[in-house]
Amino acid sequence: MHPFVLALIGGGLVGLAAVMMMGLKGRIAGVSGILSGVFSDSSGERLWRILFVLGIALGGAIPTLISDSFAPPVPDTSTILVIIGGLAVGLGTGLGSGCTSGHGICGISRLSPRSMVATCTFMAAGFICVYLLKHVFGG
Amino acid sequence: MTLQKRYRLMASLASGIVFGLGMAISGMTNTQRVQGFLDLAGAWDPTLAFVMAGGMFVTFIGYKFILKNPAPLFDDTFHLPTRTDIDKPLIIGAVLFGAGWGLVGYCPGPAIAGLSYGYTTTLIFVPVMILGMLLAKPLAKVF
Repeated sequence: MHPFVLALIGGGLVGLAAVMMMGLKGRIAGVSGILSGVFSDSSGERLWRILFVLGIALGGAIPTLISDSFAPPVPDTSTILVIIGGLAVGLGTGLGSGCTSGHGICGISRLSPRSMVATCTFMAAGFICVYLLKHVFGG
Repeated sequence: MTLQKRYRLMASLASGIVFGLGMAISGMTNTQRVQGFLDLAGAWDPTLAFVMAGGMFVTFIGYKFILKNPAPLFDDTFHLPTRTDIDKPLIIGAVLFGAGWGLVGYCPGPAIAGLSYGYTTTLIFVPVMILGMLLAKPLAKVF
């Protein structure tokens, strides 16, 4: 199947997951918020967060169980950049109250002004960062 | 544990599985593809735009129907964010997040969905990202 078709189907499934989360449980399917809540929230709100995160890891494993062709190439980013990037993504989603799923998909679908501003901002920062990385510093 | 609470937990697990499956099928767990999307000046890879379009289309339509109801199926109320102010932490956070996303090609969802590949990058990225999330709490008080 063409990558664009798989992307559209995969995106549709992510949307379906967001719709399930809202329709069944009344929650935004924002991965960064749910993940950080696993470590910081009160005990009564912890288990569903753990199960959601566990579900993502399990669901992510399904395609490669069916066919190795779903395994992406091994990332070639240097360890130091992975650490800086991981820290930036964690700090950034914590401060900015969301990531691609919570702001990008759920927030924009609710027409939330905060999410629209956040999404435009992180996309722009991503474009600039990759431009610097690939075309200025030549990594 | 009440039956409704049990259903809520099952709903979380089921949504998580569908979410992770979608991430892995879509190509979002491929860091090079994500960086290719963010590389406007290079050989631009539009795949990610299709993921976003598919996700937003389904969510937008789905939310429209769901949010007309007084409550979700297994809870007494919707838990929706209520803030509408654009403040400094939102902007600074989004800039930091976007920069990290571009640097590695992972955002939180795909990084978790890609854990099973066992790649060193993913295994380093996820715990460092969680550390960053925990550090964000005290840092937010500075702004």
